[in-house]
Amino acid sequence: MPIPQLLVHDHKDNVGVVVVEGLEANTKMLCCVTHDNSTFELESIAAVPIGHKIALKDLKAGDTAFKYGEDIGKIIADVKKGDHLHTHNCKTKRW
Amino acid sequence: MTMDYSNLTVQGYRRENGRVGVRNHVVILPLDDISNAACEAVANNIKGTLAIPHAYGRLQFGEDLDLHFRTIIGTGANPNVAACVVIGIEPSWTQKVVDGIAATGKPVQGFSIEQNGDLKTIMDASRAAKEMVHFATELQREECPLSELWISTKCGESDTTTGLGSCPTVGNMYDKLLPEGIYGFFGETSEITGAEHICQKRAINEEVGERWYKMWKAYQDDVIFAHQTDDLSDSQPTKGNIEGGLTTIEEKALGNLEKIGRTSKYIEILEPAEAPKSGNGLYFMDSSSAAAECVTLMAAGGAVVHTFPTGQGNVIGNPIVPVIKITANPRTVRTMSEHVDLDVSGILRREMTIDEAGDALIDMVARTANGRNTAAEALGHREFSMTKLYRSA
Repeated sequence: MPIPQLLVHDHKDNVGVVVVEGLEANTKMLCCVTHDNSTFELESIAAVPIGHKIALKDLKAGDTAFKYGEDIGKIIADVKKGDHLHTHNCKTKRW
Repeated sequence: MTMDYSNLTVQGYRRENGRVGVRNHVVILPLDDISNAACEAVANNIKGTLAIPHAYGRLQFGEDLDLHFRTIIGTGANPNVAACVVIGIEPSWTQKVVDGIAATGKPVQGFSIEQNGDLKTIMDASRAAKEMVHFATELQREECPLSELWISTKCGESDTTTGLGSCPTVGNMYDKLLPEGIYGFFGETSEITGAEHICQKRAINEEVGERWYKMWKAYQDDVIFAHQTDDLSDSQPTKGNIEGGLTTIEEKALGNLEKIGRTSKYIEILEPAEAPKSGNGLYFMDSSSAAAECVTLMAAGGAVVHTFPTGQGNVIGNPIVPVIKITANPRTVRTMSEHVDLDVSGILRREMTIDEAGDALIDMVARTANGRNTAAEALGHREFSMTKLYRSA
């Protein structure tokens, strides 16, 4: 397999993790679901640092972010598919 | 090719109580903070000894004092320690530590400073330490089953790559070695927050799971909610975690729990620094998530090798237990290579499977047990941090 730019843990997830350094906006990323090594393509719409997350689809404030197939928090500002998803638009539901 | 894990052996030190150690330290152990100077003087006099200075031991009481004794005694009793000198300000607590360590059968001698002063204590303790060095340096490594090792884990400076690579690598090792008979330790009570529902289910049975949940809840209520000044968003995840891409405490906890693999179940819950008493298997130790504190507690509980997944790059070591650093983050491999024992960044590039990474870690555990110094050992990281439950009297 060519080296993927984005890894996704589970098919239920709506976020993936950038696993290369220096990812630019408008990159057609090879994405791999680690659960079964299936792949798909997605275009980044922002430069996102290694280790940070990208939304796999459009998400609205109030939606739930899923990673590992689990609830990891709520979306607090709309996020476009391919955009950076982090503390500015996602937060724990706990406090 | 599938590895056979049942016949793996290491060259270890078989101790008097039957346990296997992988290092051969002669430790000069202070009972209390004010005995550090004497211990360091002895270690300076007698080459091949190691003083372990620390910050506490006076006017502690109750559960906090019990934990202090458990940590000090457990450190001296650890199979990576061949022999031990204990120095304390007064004789009775010093003797309590000596008696605790002596239960293992290893050479141990106590010295107290009151009525003697530092100088006489240092001279007497130095003579004892010198004999212990002669004793320890004549001990030979011998072939021991790798399955007799007690292996702990705790991660640090986590990021999203720990959940993708380095933590599942440790989990894969546990899934392979626990069935062979090793003892495993994981913990970090506060960092399970966000995945507590999953951790509870990883207990061997419902009863243990319920006791685990009560322990976790008590920490939330008695420590977090009793002392919190804000919503904890600045502490969990930490600034380093957020820089590494972790957004929420749930995301961090789910990655953390990857360390116990897919099939492993914990069989019992340990107090901080408590040694397991329920036979081989995986144990959850109620412990801080601060790296040095957690590794110190697990070493006192009897772990002889520690596996430490890191994302952004934690540098921690321990005086008596080799700490193996594993990272999957290619940037950390590039910028902090001197701290990395096992590079599993190939997982992110899909060049390496978790199964292969687990085998590579088992190989590194064996090499470390055989004597390979870890990055932290070579760099002189000897962090010994006692956990304190509340203020001293």
